Amino acid sequence: MQLTQRMKITEAKEYVARKLGINVIELTDEEVMHQVRQDLDIATLPMIADGASGIVAKSRIAELLDIELNSVNLFKSKLEFTK
Amino acid sequence: MQNKVITRMGDGARVEMSAEQVKEDIRVGTRDAADRGKIPELTPDELEALFEIFADTNRIVAVKPGAEVITTDDGAAMTPIADQADGGVALPMSYMQSVLTYERVCCADTAGVGHIDYSCKPVKPIVNYEKQKYYSLNQATTVPLIYGTQPNLGLYFQPDGAFPNPSELLPAGKISEARETQEAAAEQLRNDLVFVARNLYEVGCDGFNFDTAASAGDADFLAALEAIRELKKIAPNMAIELGMSSEFVLGLHGEITFDGARLAGMYPHDQVKMAEAVGADIFGPAVNVKAAKSTPWNLARAVTFVKETVKVAGIPVHPNVGMGVCGLPMYESTPIDCTTRAAKALVEIGKADGL
Repeated sequence: MQLTQRMKITEAKEYVARKLGINVIELTDEEVMHQVRQDLDIATLPMIADGASGIVAKSRIAELLDIELNSVNLFKSKLEFTK
Repeated sequence: MQNKVITRMGDGARVEMSAEQVKEDIRVGTRDAADRGKIPELTPDELEALFEIFADTNRIVAVKPGAEVITTDDGAAMTPIADQADGGVALPMSYMQSVLTYERVCCADTAGVGHIDYSCKPVKPIVNYEKQKYYSLNQATTVPLIYGTQPNLGLYFQPDGAFPNPSELLPAGKISEARETQEAAAEQLRNDLVFVARNLYEVGCDGFNFDTAASAGDADFLAALEAIRELKKIAPNMAIELGMSSEFVLGLHGEITFDGARLAGMYPHDQVKMAEAVGADIFGPAVNVKAAKSTPWNLARAVTFVKETVKVAGIPVHPNVGMGVCGLPMYESTPIDCTTRAAKALVEIGKADGL
């Protein structure tokens, strides 16, 4: 949110927490975030074999946070077979 | 509270100081920053908070839960494969393995990559290789992947570059010639920065870091600012971070202005307004360290500058907290007691948005 929206840290945390449906303090709670990331399939550590990672996870995160990412736009454009 | 505080000098040497000595160094440090930058000193409560950070007898300190911030970096994802000069550990692994190790083993918030030389000029002739590398890395990483490069105007002057060297012209009294060559070189640098960043944008680059800006003074800073303004028009979906090389823009030219403001002599709280005006998304101030002064003195200065910079900034501020800047000792293996104290102080007192 800082990179794409120039949000300061407090605003950025509140925005992400709201989108994830958790409290700000839970953003850095490993026990909470591992499950959140697994449920939303946005990449976890440790890795899960069939879990999203890389550009796929980036695409899911962009949609979840309602932001536009240059890499994701390029990735999606390559999936449009009609073009 | 113990009367003796174990801390370090600005060169990393461990030193034992009395509580009063630490408090006095903190007071003098904040006053020095305030005098130089014409900004407010830290308040009595902030001075006390900074002292408590140094007085903590634990080797490692941290912010409270919920107060954590994120990090950006200048090529830290190359650390596993890099050499001593970059704090690297020279592992015999590929670039891809290095970046993924940084992301998944070090649990990085973002990953900074670039040409191993890291200056802009060497990237230009091999930009296609950098595009291939970035594209492949960006498919594999989940965290934001930021391509970084130093403007490094110094490489454009003879004997390394094509332009007459102002360091030779100035001692000869050729002031106007020295200024003209800096202006010409800055224009070339600006074009090269735009060329490299635009090429990276074509392969999906999400973030570009202008790192160690103004290392060759005000003309160097001008080139970076002009390049960012141009890139924000032609690459609007690429975030840009502007990281500085020192607390004070050197006036090697002396008369360069940008949007009516003289660049020479700008301190971080003025620099950030320039960064914001051209469209940079994150600003990274660098506050100098004096090796002969204590870490309490150096960190008090850094926190004073950063606090004022964050206060006036409309964009996130990530202070550069590496070896020899923003309170950390000038030593290549930065002691963790100083690293964590600097991080805590810059976040809790300086209100930094990241590091």
